[in-house]
Amino acid sequence: MSKDRSHMEVLRELLESQMLVVLGTHHDGEPYTSLVGFAATEDLKHLLFATGKATRKRANLVADARASMLVDNRTNCAADFTEASAATAVGVVEEVSEAERSEFDRIFLAKHPHLESFVHSPSCVRLRLGVSVYMVVTHFQHVIELHID
Amino acid sequence: MQLIVGLDQIGDDDGGRVGGKAVALAALQRTGHPVPRSFCLTTDAYDLFVEKGSLRAIIHQELGRKSFDDMRWEEIWDVALRIRNRFLRTPVPVEIVEAVEARLGQDLRDTALAVRSSAPGEDSAGASFAGLHESFVGVRGGAAVIEAIRGVWASLWSDRALLYRRELGIDVDTSSMAVVIQELIDGEVSGIVFGVHPTDPELAVVESVYGLNQGLVDGTIEPDRWTLDVATGRIISHTPPGERRRLVVRDSQTTVEDVPPDTANSPPLDAEGLAEVFEAVRAAGALFGAPQDVEWTMADGRLVLLQSRPVTTSTAVEGDKRAWYLSLTRSLDNLRGLRERVERELLPAMDREAAEIALRDLTALDAEQLADEIEHRRAAHDRWVDIYWRDFIPLAHGIRLFGQFYNEVMRPEDPYEFMELLVATPMLSVRRNRALSRIASKVRGDSELCAGLAAGEPGSAEFKRELEEFEHEFGDAVYADQQCFGDRARLVRLVLALAAAPETAEAASASDREQRTADFIEHVEEDRRDLAREVLDIGRASYQIRDDDNIHLARLEALVLDAVEDGRHRLRDRHEDDHLEIDLEGLVQALRHPNLVVEPKPAQAPPAVEEGFRAKPRQLIGQPAGPGVATAPARVIDDVADLFEFQAGEVLVCDAVDPNMTFVVPMASAVVERRGGMLIHGAIIAREYGLPCVTGVPDVTALIATGDRIAVDGYLGIVTVL
Repeated sequence: MSKDRSHMEVLRELLESQMLVVLGTHHDGEPYTSLVGFAATEDLKHLLFATGKATRKRANLVADARASMLVDNRTNCAADFTEASAATAVGVVEEVSEAERSEFDRIFLAKHPHLESFVHSPSCVRLRLGVSVYMVVTHFQHVIELHID
Repeated sequence: MQLIVGLDQIGDDDGGRVGGKAVALAALQRTGHPVPRSFCLTTDAYDLFVEKGSLRAIIHQELGRKSFDDMRWEEIWDVALRIRNRFLRTPVPVEIVEAVEARLGQDLRDTALAVRSSAPGEDSAGASFAGLHESFVGVRGGAAVIEAIRGVWASLWSDRALLYRRELGIDVDTSSMAVVIQELIDGEVSGIVFGVHPTDPELAVVESVYGLNQGLVDGTIEPDRWTLDVATGRIISHTPPGERRRLVVRDSQTTVEDVPPDTANSPPLDAEGLAEVFEAVRAAGALFGAPQDVEWTMADGRLVLLQSRPVTTSTAVEGDKRAWYLSLTRSLDNLRGLRERVERELLPAMDREAAEIALRDLTALDAEQLADEIEHRRAAHDRWVDIYWRDFIPLAHGIRLFGQFYNEVMRPEDPYEFMELLVATPMLSVRRNRALSRIASKVRGDSELCAGLAAGEPGSAEFKRELEEFEHEFGDAVYADQQCFGDRARLVRLVLALAAAPETAEAASASDREQRTADFIEHVEEDRRDLAREVLDIGRASYQIRDDDNIHLARLEALVLDAVEDGRHRLRDRHEDDHLEIDLEGLVQALRHPNLVVEPKPAQAPPAVEEGFRAKPRQLIGQPAGPGVATAPARVIDDVADLFEFQAGEVLVCDAVDPNMTFVVPMASAVVERRGGMLIHGAIIAREYGLPCVTGVPDVTALIATGDRIAVDGYLGIVTVL
């Protein structure tokens, strides 16, 4: 077996260490990306984030809930091409229900305590990406898909 | 930025910019020891070179293709080769060229020079790694010095240095290399003196050769060796070499020659010379505050110190095979002798032994005798496996030696271009494939024979005779401890599969090869063409033997398996079915003791699977080992039976291609394997058939399944699962 770290370990470390992801949405085929703060649930099956109700990404997600998220640990140097890892999550975004809000806040605000007032604002909506597959990239081009059963 | 400094400008604290070797030489000169005229190209020059050539990003890319811990020594060779090629193709900044030319013009313009590595940290106490980086001797003229400097810089990333990367603290962003350029002293006698024996503090050691000591340092020339009492210098022992030879400079080339007969019977040092050398190492030890290992030479009776560094004790750890890997790097002279030995003595001896064993009739043996025979055959096989590692594997370095020579002359964009001059050698595996192809071709053209064979008929007398001739000429092949053709039906099945597949041809042609050879020779300076031809010849012999030796060895292994199979049959006849799963030792015991119950060894549990997640490969990165692209279903080879399921057009995916299983390669559209490197069999055979090939893909046989449709990119070393 390879002595390299497993892709699951790489994924968990990325999701735990990084504060922001690039969220990919679209509207009528117009692609759109935005940077959002996020947190992963313990089982890594959901990625939580929050946004203003009036934002373009929110409008896009209302029109089509399919979305992707890119998380990576690059440091903007030459070594990134081989040493940085990245993961793309693909899935469907849904609004967090009233009953699940306290669990969302527990996980999300533990990572981003400074966003408490933002999350609690009436103009903010709590969302979660239900991940169907992660594509984990190491060594620049080594790609393993981790499908969630 | 100071590119060049003289020894008189170097202080004890300058190791970071001039390296340990230059600091030591400067200290020796300051304290009145004779050293060659020298100057130092600082690490600023290396930094400028890699910065202007964007080489750090390249090195990162090469070192980061996969986890270093997953790389085999062959892959580390490749990484070093690719980095070296980039260094060779990157222009040296004009300010460095001008500074070197100007300094040479002062007093070293028409002098033969030595260009030596001086890596910061390399020779610090406790971390002395002699010979990991390169030195060049007999260099003459500005252009040649610049090329030698390039070679020294590249050797910061040599395979040898990369093996010791942790101990050397190699870091792409911070490691650097200084270079010492010094007058080559054409000494009559040279050597190394150790102020203290690396493993016995009571002794000092002097090694000495006639001529230059580069031959002693790289192991080409065996020295006279003395041990001395460390306190008094009294001679304790003297061990002469088997033969006294010497390395000398002739027409700017170093060459090994016999020592003239009038001196060949005398050791290079007399008692007075030994005392002088011993005194020098004592003085160096006092100067640096630790026992030293000093390289020296004597010219016109005058002792000159070439370099000094701390003696380090051997730190070999059990299981650390790096010293063996280092021993694989051989000089041309060494390879010349090794080739002679392998071709003329070892391979014929191995074949003779296999032929003798094959004559023994197993059916005439009782159970006890069969147990003896199994052990005898296994011992013979094991003995040849040891010889394989000791003599055959190091010979493969001839391929790399030629590659290095070719790349230095041609500076090709593709660092593996030199392989085009090695292909189309008459390898046994290719000859075996041709023989199979001829038989298959006849079957293809004879529908009646083809239908009969498919229906399980034995075929015509002529067909049977051809199969027998094939078996006789090539013997059985063994893969994954199993015989391939032990069962005639399998061979017939393979012939039918080959007959059903479109006829394929070897891509490598002798005429292309000769055209490339002529082009290469034309690029070599006239006075080095004989050398170029010889290096190429050694490269071709290494290339062929690299593949053939496995087939020779498999003949012996097949004979072990024959006897083992016979033993299993006998146990089966005794209805001791439980014994069928036991290993060789258990089988021997069961044959010797009919009532003994031997427990089969437990199977290893498969690795655990992540709960809730299903891993699926999408794109796997390896190393490009054969140019081209192909998209086709995969055939993963786990054991011999998989080979006989192979369908024309599939991609051969396996842990490690072995010349014994390459009979399916003519049917394959591409080759992918876990084991990495350009010298491995998969890469060699893929080049013969012009197939895309990717090697060094970690866990590939676990990640890809038979039937998966995959795209193989042999240019970039990528396998994509579609």
